[in-house]
Amino acid sequence: MINHQAKDEPRDKNARSAIVKGMKDATPIVTGYIPIAIAFGILASQVGIGLWGAVAMSVFVFAGSAQLIAVGMIGEGASMGTIVFTTFLVNLRHLLMSSALSPFLRNLSRKELAWFGFQMTDETFAIHSAKFRVAVPPALESFALNSTAQLSWVGGTIVGVLAGGMVKDVEGLGLDYALPAMFIALVFMQIRNNIYFMVGALAGTVAVFLNLTGFGAWSTIGATILAATSGVIVEQWKTK
Amino acid sequence: MENEIVLIILLMALVTYVPRAAPLLLLTRFDLPEKVVRWLKYIPVAVLSALLFPSVLLQEGGLDLTFVNEFLLAALPTLLVVWRTRSLFYAIVTGIVSVSLLRYLGV
Repeated sequence: MINHQAKDEPRDKNARSAIVKGMKDATPIVTGYIPIAIAFGILASQVGIGLWGAVAMSVFVFAGSAQLIAVGMIGEGASMGTIVFTTFLVNLRHLLMSSALSPFLRNLSRKELAWFGFQMTDETFAIHSAKFRVAVPPALESFALNSTAQLSWVGGTIVGVLAGGMVKDVEGLGLDYALPAMFIALVFMQIRNNIYFMVGALAGTVAVFLNLTGFGAWSTIGATILAATSGVIVEQWKTK
Repeated sequence: MENEIVLIILLMALVTYVPRAAPLLLLTRFDLPEKVVRWLKYIPVAVLSALLFPSVLLQEGGLDLTFVNEFLLAALPTLLVVWRTRSLFYAIVTGIVSVSLLRYLGV
């Protein structure tokens, strides 16, 4: 009994510190998610999908921009097929994120991978890709980060639905800049040399161009593939 | 809750989940060709930039490169702080404070 305790104690301690670290690392995401989730909840309550509809979407879909788009489309009375296909297109970019993280997650079980994929968002991916480059943390830490992010998303959704029309404009606080600011910092941290800089600048410019020319749903994935491929080509030229 | 809404949410969940999980489940099982790995290492900077640029530069649907775009203006102090401190936290606080300040000043 005593032996057993002595053996388990450090492991519990490690587990706890991994969870705390993961939750802490989720702070920037939480700051950005809550106001957006509240906005989503308010919109959802206006189109009449109800508290449970909005919460179910935040629990099972967990994709910010796609949820906002879908709620808008439901409000306009779009067909089910259109809504589902748009969601698919808008979220297809996660395919690339998931591929990019896969080399770092080979020690995870299939169950863990299935769960990790469920909580892959732009923001969790952004933090993980920055962390994994330095060192891959214990799986528990990453799961704590993902779950904290999702809890704040679901929590914000509930607040938004319940508050409905009561919430006044929160723009004055500048919280709508939390996620853009996080992305600015993370893009900056990703840039290791001129090729990375070129890839980022190209991806961003092409994404803006695609948005302006009416290819909004394809913009992220199209710009990403084009820019990453250019990066490999330039890298090959340089090493020749 | 209407049945149609339930079905929409379930289908949305499905089409979102498959692209998120499939690469993790498949690509972790074998060694990727070296060229693919080299391509994948550019994905983070590319995809994050592809999300960032439109969110900062497109305001109300159009390209806004002027000084009344508070998201663009606030990017400068945010970049400065992340460059000097390498801290995500300070960068975000700087961004948020800058945007609220610019709005308060009526930019």
